Amino acid sequence: MNIDWNAYTPWSALAGGLLIGLAAAAFVLLNGRIAGISGIVGGLLRPVWGDAAWRVAFVAGLIGAPFVYLLFAALPKAQIDAGFGTLVVAGVLVGAGSRYGSGCTSGHGICGLSRLSPRSLVATATFMAAGFATVFAVRHVFGF
Amino acid sequence: MLIFTSLLAGLLFGLGLIVAGMTNPAKVIGFLNLAGPWDPSLAFVMAGAIAVGTVAFLVARRRTVSLLGAAMQLPAARDIDRRLVLGSLVFGVGWGLAGFCPGPGLVALGMGEFKALVFVAAMLVGMGAFELLERRRRITATGVA
Repeated sequence: MNIDWNAYTPWSALAGGLLIGLAAAAFVLLNGRIAGISGIVGGLLRPVWGDAAWRVAFVAGLIGAPFVYLLFAALPKAQIDAGFGTLVVAGVLVGAGSRYGSGCTSGHGICGLSRLSPRSLVATATFMAAGFATVFAVRHVFGF
Repeated sequence: MLIFTSLLAGLLFGLGLIVAGMTNPAKVIGFLNLAGPWDPSLAFVMAGAIAVGTVAFLVARRRTVSLLGAAMQLPAARDIDRRLVLGSLVFGVGWGLAGFCPGPGLVALGMGEFKALVFVAAMLVGMGAFELLERRRRITATGVA
């Protein structure tokens, strides 16, 4: 294993993580809910009266974040190497998988591990392993 | 009020994702690429988020209502079943393919990235397919929709 020191940004990663943690903390303490993004978005596809507005507001906050960030600094570049076909396949897998497994990186990875939930620990270990294996297959076996 | 705090939480979450570098799929894949030039940065995102989250959830667990009086809705499920593992496996493959998970995908959409729009649209199709299959399963299992 060799570390990519050029890409390594521990301090901004830690700062961003603290903000994410603060958001999840505020959300559970104020709204009483888990900040699990796949669950929040997925719940909109089976709308229940009176349960949709807060979900829309949370998603609006996510989509609006770059506009607020722009008030302070230029946005960091998003380098998206995947082609359109890959993005479609990836999107469907992320959508269906996160709903079937009851959570994604935010719900299981951050909130679940913060709650010391054994279920979320298994889910996080599983999707991390699948992510490592997929990147290994794509980059080193099939050599894209 | 709950709608306003929801908006603020989403906004703060999104800002955190941008600062952390999670909205850049190349960086996420750099973290998942253990055998390549590996970028461990994203481990610090998890560490930072969980450090704050652990304190908040310790407090949340002792309460039945939130500070604003909303019911405390923490997951009650305990089983480690096929759905959990298989779903997480499928999710992880998708995450590794594109370098996007749901939150960063939505934030990158807000950045005006057309490819993020494609990803999010496909993600909604995947979630919709799950809802349809679930509905069919419930009808088969119980005979009612």
